[in-house]
Amino acid sequence: MQSIEILGNNDTRSGFGAGLLEAGKQNSDIVALCADLTGSLKMDAFKKEFPTRFYQMGIAEANMMGVAAGLATSGKIPFTGTFANFSTGRVYDQIRQSIAYSGKNVKICASHAGVTLGEDGATHQILEDLGLMKMLPGMVVINPCDYNQTKAATIAIANYEGPCYLRFGRPKVPIFTATDQVFEIGKAVTIYEGTDVSIFCTGHLVWKSIQAAQSLAEKGISAEVINIHTIKPLDDTVVLNSVCKTKCVVTAEEHMMNGGLGDSICQLLARNLPTPVEMVGVNDTFGESGTPDQLMAKYGLDVIDVMNAVERVLARK
Amino acid sequence: MPTVQELQNIATQVRKDIVRMVHAVQSGHPGGSLGCADYLTALYFQIMNHNPQNFTQEAKNEDVFILSNGHISPVLYSVLARSGYFPVAELATFRKLNSRLQGHPTTHEGLPGIRIATGSLGQGLSVASGMALAKKSNNDSSIIYVNMGDGELQEGQNWEAIMYAGHYPLDNIIATIDYNKQQIDGNIIDIMSFTELRSKFEAFNWQVLEMNGNQMQDILDTNAKAKAFLGKGKPIVILMHTEMGAGVDFMMGSHEWHGIPPNDAQLENALNQLPSTLQDF
Repeated sequence: MQSIEILGNNDTRSGFGAGLLEAGKQNSDIVALCADLTGSLKMDAFKKEFPTRFYQMGIAEANMMGVAAGLATSGKIPFTGTFANFSTGRVYDQIRQSIAYSGKNVKICASHAGVTLGEDGATHQILEDLGLMKMLPGMVVINPCDYNQTKAATIAIANYEGPCYLRFGRPKVPIFTATDQVFEIGKAVTIYEGTDVSIFCTGHLVWKSIQAAQSLAEKGISAEVINIHTIKPLDDTVVLNSVCKTKCVVTAEEHMMNGGLGDSICQLLARNLPTPVEMVGVNDTFGESGTPDQLMAKYGLDVIDVMNAVERVLARK
Repeated sequence: MPTVQELQNIATQVRKDIVRMVHAVQSGHPGGSLGCADYLTALYFQIMNHNPQNFTQEAKNEDVFILSNGHISPVLYSVLARSGYFPVAELATFRKLNSRLQGHPTTHEGLPGIRIATGSLGQGLSVASGMALAKKSNNDSSIIYVNMGDGELQEGQNWEAIMYAGHYPLDNIIATIDYNKQQIDGNIIDIMSFTELRSKFEAFNWQVLEMNGNQMQDILDTNAKAKAFLGKGKPIVILMHTEMGAGVDFMMGSHEWHGIPPNDAQLENALNQLPSTLQDF
C-alpha cells in the first residue's frame, strides 16, 4: 500500500485563516465578521490586511448572523467566524430565517468543532452541527480534513453563490493533502482504492481512517478510503460506485451518529443499495474535558475504532 | 409629491385592502397592520427614495425598508402593490397556496419589494444593520428604515442589535417602534414590561424621537426631523405611538384583533368605515 507523505502539522483553523486572507485578496466584496474570537479563528491576518472589511461583532452571535444577511443582501460576501457551537445551535433560527430561507450568500465558518476542542468540555464541544446545518434547505455543508484542504475549501466557498457552512477544528493535525489542490464542492476524494470495504470519512477522521487502512492492509484487508469533505451535497455517484464494488461500509466522523455523515450515507444506501454499514461517531452522548487525543480515544473516534468497525462490517457481509 | 389628504386617502384604501385580504383567507393579523397603515403609506408614497419599477435586492442608491414584525404583512403587501412593485390583483392571493404573498414576507417566492424573510421576531434590526454597514462601505448615502413591534422588543436579539448599531454607530438607520402597547396575550405592561423605551435607546447612543403614527402630518414632520439627524453619530429611532386596529372602530384599543380575521358581518361593518379611494383589488 502506498504511503502518504506528511507535509507538516497544523490546525485546520489556520487553513481557514490563510484561505480567508487569500480569498480577500481575490475579491474586494469579501468581508469578515467575528464574535470576539479573532485570534482563535485565525482571522488576524485578514483583519490586518483589510481593516475596513473586518467587522468586530462582540459576543452577540445572533446579531452577527443577521448583520451578515444584510451585508449579503447588499452584494457583500460575508464570512462569519466563531466556534461551531455558537455558529449553529446558538443561532439556528437566525440562520434558518435570515440566511437559509432568505437565500443569502453568507459563509458560516465554524472552528473548534467536536471533542477535539478539548479541555473546555461539553458546553463548547458541539457534535450536532453537521446535522443541524444539513437539514436546512439549500445549505452547503463542508468539513475538510487538514490545513491545506481547509484553505482550499475557504477559497472555494468564496467563489460559490449561496449559503455555506464550513466546519474546522482546534488541534494541530497532520497535513497530507496537496498545497495546490483545487477544492471542488460536492466531489468526494478517493485516497485509497480497495475492494473489501468502503471507508467514508470526513474531517479529523480522514487521517485516522488512512492509518486504519494501512494497518488493515497488513492484515490482508483491502480498504477503499474516500474523503467526503462535502457532507451536503453528497457525492452520491462516488459513494454508490464504491459500494457496488466493496459491498460493505464504514463511516467515520467526529460528530454524533445521528445527523452526521454516516446518517447521510445510510439514507443514500437504504434508498438505492441496501448494504451493511458500521458507524464510527459519537453515540448519543455529550463530551467532557480532556486532551483531544484522550477524548478521541474515549469517545471511540480513533484508528482502532475504525479498524474494529471494519472487522464488524466484514463479518456482516 | 402627494398632499397630506392624498396620503390619507391612500392609507384608507390600504386599510380596506388589509381587512379584505384577512377576511378572504380567514387568517392573518389585522390589528397591527391597521395601526401601521399611515406610516407605511407615508414611507412608500412620500418619504422613501425607492424604485418600484426596477426592484433589486442590492438597492444601490435607494432607501430600504425592513419589516421586522413580519406578521403585519398585509399592510406591507398593500403598500408594495399600491406603489407599483407588483400587480394589485395579486393581493387576492394572500396566504393562499402557491402565492408569492406568504403569511409572513419572504424572498423565497421572489416577491418584488421583499429583501429578507421576517416573521420569527427580533431579527430585522440586525439585517438592517448589515445593510446600513454595506451602504456606508459603498459610500451610498441612502437610508435604511426598519420597523419593529413593541412586544417584539422582548426578543433578546434586538438588544444585541441596538447595542451594535449604537456603538459603531450606524447613523444611517431610522428605526420605528410600533408602540401600540399590545401583544397577543394582552397588554405589554401586564405580560413583560420594558417600563419605558426612551431611556433605554438613549443609553445605547440612539437619537430618540416620538410621533403619533396615526397622524399623517406628524409622521411627515417627525421624519423630516429624523432625516436631519442622519450622519450625526447616532442611529435614530422614532417611538411611533399607534392604535392597534386604527381606522376600524370595533378593532381599536384591544389586543383581541392582533391575529384574528373579521367574519362577514364584521367585514361589512369595517368596510362601511373605509370608503374606497383607489380601485379595490
